[in-house]
Amino acid sequence: METVRKELPLARSMCWHCQSDIGGEYFCGQCVKVQPLSKDSDYFSCLGLSRKLNIDTGSLETKFYEMSRAFHPDFYVGKSEMERAVSLANSATLNQAYHTLKDPILRAEYLLRLEAGSSKDIPGKAPTDLFETLLEIQEHLEELQAAKARADTTESARLAAQLKGERTTLETKRAALEARLAELFHIWDRLVEKPHDPSVRAGKEQALKEMRDILSQRSYLNTMLANVAEALG
Amino acid sequence: MARIVGIDLGTTNSLIAYMNGKTPTVIAGREGHTLVPSIVAYTPAGLVVGDAAKDQLLRNPERTVYSVKRFMGKGLADVTQELQYFPYRLSEQDGVIRLHVGDKALTPPEISAMILRELKARAEAFFGEAIRKAVITVPAYFNDSQRQATKDAGKIAGLDVIRILNEPTAASLAYGLQKRKQGLIAVYDLGGGTFDISILKIKGGIFEVLATNGNTHLGGDDFDRRLVDLMMAEIKAAHRVSLEGRPELQQALRVGAEQAKCRLSAEERAEVRIPLPDQRGEYRRTITRTEFEKLVADLMEKTLEPTRRALADAGLSTTDIDEVILVGGATRTPLVRQQVQALFGKVPHSELNPDEVVALGAAVQAAILSGGIQDMLLLDVTPLTLGIETMGGVMSSLIRRNTTIPTSAKEMFTTFVDGQTSVDIHILQGERELTKDNRSLARFQLKIPPLPAGVPRIEVTFMIDANGILNVTARDVRTGEAQSLEVKPSYGLTDQAVERMIQESFVFAQQDIKERQRIEARNEAESILRATEKALARADGLVTPEELAAIRDASAALTAAMAGDDHRPIRQAIEALNKATYGLAERLMDRSLLEALKDKKLSQTP
Repeated sequence: METVRKELPLARSMCWHCQSDIGGEYFCGQCVKVQPLSKDSDYFSCLGLSRKLNIDTGSLETKFYEMSRAFHPDFYVGKSEMERAVSLANSATLNQAYHTLKDPILRAEYLLRLEAGSSKDIPGKAPTDLFETLLEIQEHLEELQAAKARADTTESARLAAQLKGERTTLETKRAALEARLAELFHIWDRLVEKPHDPSVRAGKEQALKEMRDILSQRSYLNTMLANVAEALG
Repeated sequence: MARIVGIDLGTTNSLIAYMNGKTPTVIAGREGHTLVPSIVAYTPAGLVVGDAAKDQLLRNPERTVYSVKRFMGKGLADVTQELQYFPYRLSEQDGVIRLHVGDKALTPPEISAMILRELKARAEAFFGEAIRKAVITVPAYFNDSQRQATKDAGKIAGLDVIRILNEPTAASLAYGLQKRKQGLIAVYDLGGGTFDISILKIKGGIFEVLATNGNTHLGGDDFDRRLVDLMMAEIKAAHRVSLEGRPELQQALRVGAEQAKCRLSAEERAEVRIPLPDQRGEYRRTITRTEFEKLVADLMEKTLEPTRRALADAGLSTTDIDEVILVGGATRTPLVRQQVQALFGKVPHSELNPDEVVALGAAVQAAILSGGIQDMLLLDVTPLTLGIETMGGVMSSLIRRNTTIPTSAKEMFTTFVDGQTSVDIHILQGERELTKDNRSLARFQLKIPPLPAGVPRIEVTFMIDANGILNVTARDVRTGEAQSLEVKPSYGLTDQAVERMIQESFVFAQQDIKERQRIEARNEAESILRATEKALARADGLVTPEELAAIRDASAALTAAMAGDDHRPIRQAIEALNKATYGLAERLMDRSLLEALKDKKLSQTP
């Protein structure tokens, strides 16, 4: 898929209040008024990061706290309506950016949205290698429900034990998917550092495709695990 | 910047606090009490609030409103189960509960506004200046309607509510400032009517709430009710007294239960004595702590589930928590302390008075907002998932619970039919899948220009501000123009209704002031008339006939003035009588002084 994107957010060129030149700072150098975040910025650039997937959460937190101290509405109570509006909008964007990038799964999903234009919720897809196990789990879930309905405790206990074993299979699979995702994070980051050439582009597309596939299998497994957890009580 | 005060508008008690230099301080009333009971009573002499209203609970149960916070932002259907515990009558109009007090039907925000006005007056007397701005606290688990209702109450009371602040986070601010706590903190807040648990990370002056959970219908009131139920059943069985239509007895039971509960925090047993109607004697009952703990064990258990959920949402386990803070009067119950300690494996903190700590925290937040404190910043979260209704009555979530606020979500809307000119949007809050299981917040209609299906593109922004209150705006993407929205709250007052109440409260306040001034003037007149009679009885040889005539005339004039409605002629007549009796009073004073001296001399003689 061909996507048009900008490597860097366009720096705002002019202060909304005094029209002086500004270069991407939080506050105008002349009149010290708070500046709106650029419309072209994404969550990575908002937090001063390049689009890499391995993020040091400690320094991310430090940056988030620093920017919160700059933008939070608590510090704009007595200010003009425009400054309060900028503070509110900036804070809201900042909070969403931090929330998204703090979590590796949300971070990867967000990158897919940015780079490959995927939808907000990646639909779940059953892992093909577990096809038979998944069918069995579905059957056992239904049988357990029926056994519970007729108060058959021995049958319920037998099915519950089986489901517990199958749950372990799913959890193992999920851990394997997450391990591969972590590898892909490194692959992606190395590609980001490289200068642009056709092979890098193809590599990126391949990595994104695989990440998307893993996320959708993982999402499927999570739903299944939630169903099992609910059935087991 | 004008002064901002911090207010804890509680179920049972309310407080007002300010920053005294660097120390948050609760403002006491004339009698030295810091707590204002959250009770409002209509007496024959007019409206009374606080301690004076508390005195009316037993005497005037049908006209005395308490625990109004339980009704904030609710419809009648939400509270049917607990109506039996309230001696006053409730109804619903336009999705808002009305409390019937005498011939008035008042909404919970109006009643809360009376309490707020009392607090405001207390602060104004203390500072000698008008108070207009306040931070008001609410349970962290309050939904949008309940928060909005609290903000409305502030408006009706003539306050600009600068911030709606969550109670457990307020407490953490007070602890953070005064006790310099750092690390991962759990705040366990069990108040009169609500339970909250908040998990925070405190680091370098930033108070970041990681997760919050709770139950807005669980508190000390429910502990009392268990005792009331027990005693009601016993009275019915042993004395064959039915409690129906006996609000006095009901109220006596409730007050007795509350007192017993409080005593059981310090003692092993407490006795309740309730006089029974129709000369049936007295009901006496000794309750042991063990018995009480058995009665409330399941209520206590109910607080543990939200606690576990909050920890799970924060991605933490109990052992990760560095400090546990107890807030709310109900955490004085030894059982609560034991269970919290058992859950977290550490002794919880309660160094700051659990009744005052929330108000103190509100004062700290007020100082942050006014610029008085610059190194502290609170980052709070929205407690409940926000969403909209989609096809088939399913809720589609827009903003997840425990998202840091302010936050926003954008949603694009279009049409399904050619020429369609509006889209109805139903906003919900809650954690369940189906619309019907979640809380309806509001509905609004999006106006759309008539175009072929799918062509219009209206972007709606759902913004939750730092108060945890939702604001909705819409924009036509094609034209870039803002769309006006008329949001109709499901369980709340419309802006027009609030505006009307502000006006009404202004008129009421003036009537109330007049009433109060007249009562005070009459009371003073009565006592001065009594004092005059007493003085005249002892005045032999000290008063001239002319003086006596003048005093009699002035007394008669005052008695006549007292019959009127205006306090000013009464005040003038009091002045005149004071003048007429001045000489006599002095002479009486001299004589009693002389007598006192004589007595002293005699007593000193060996």
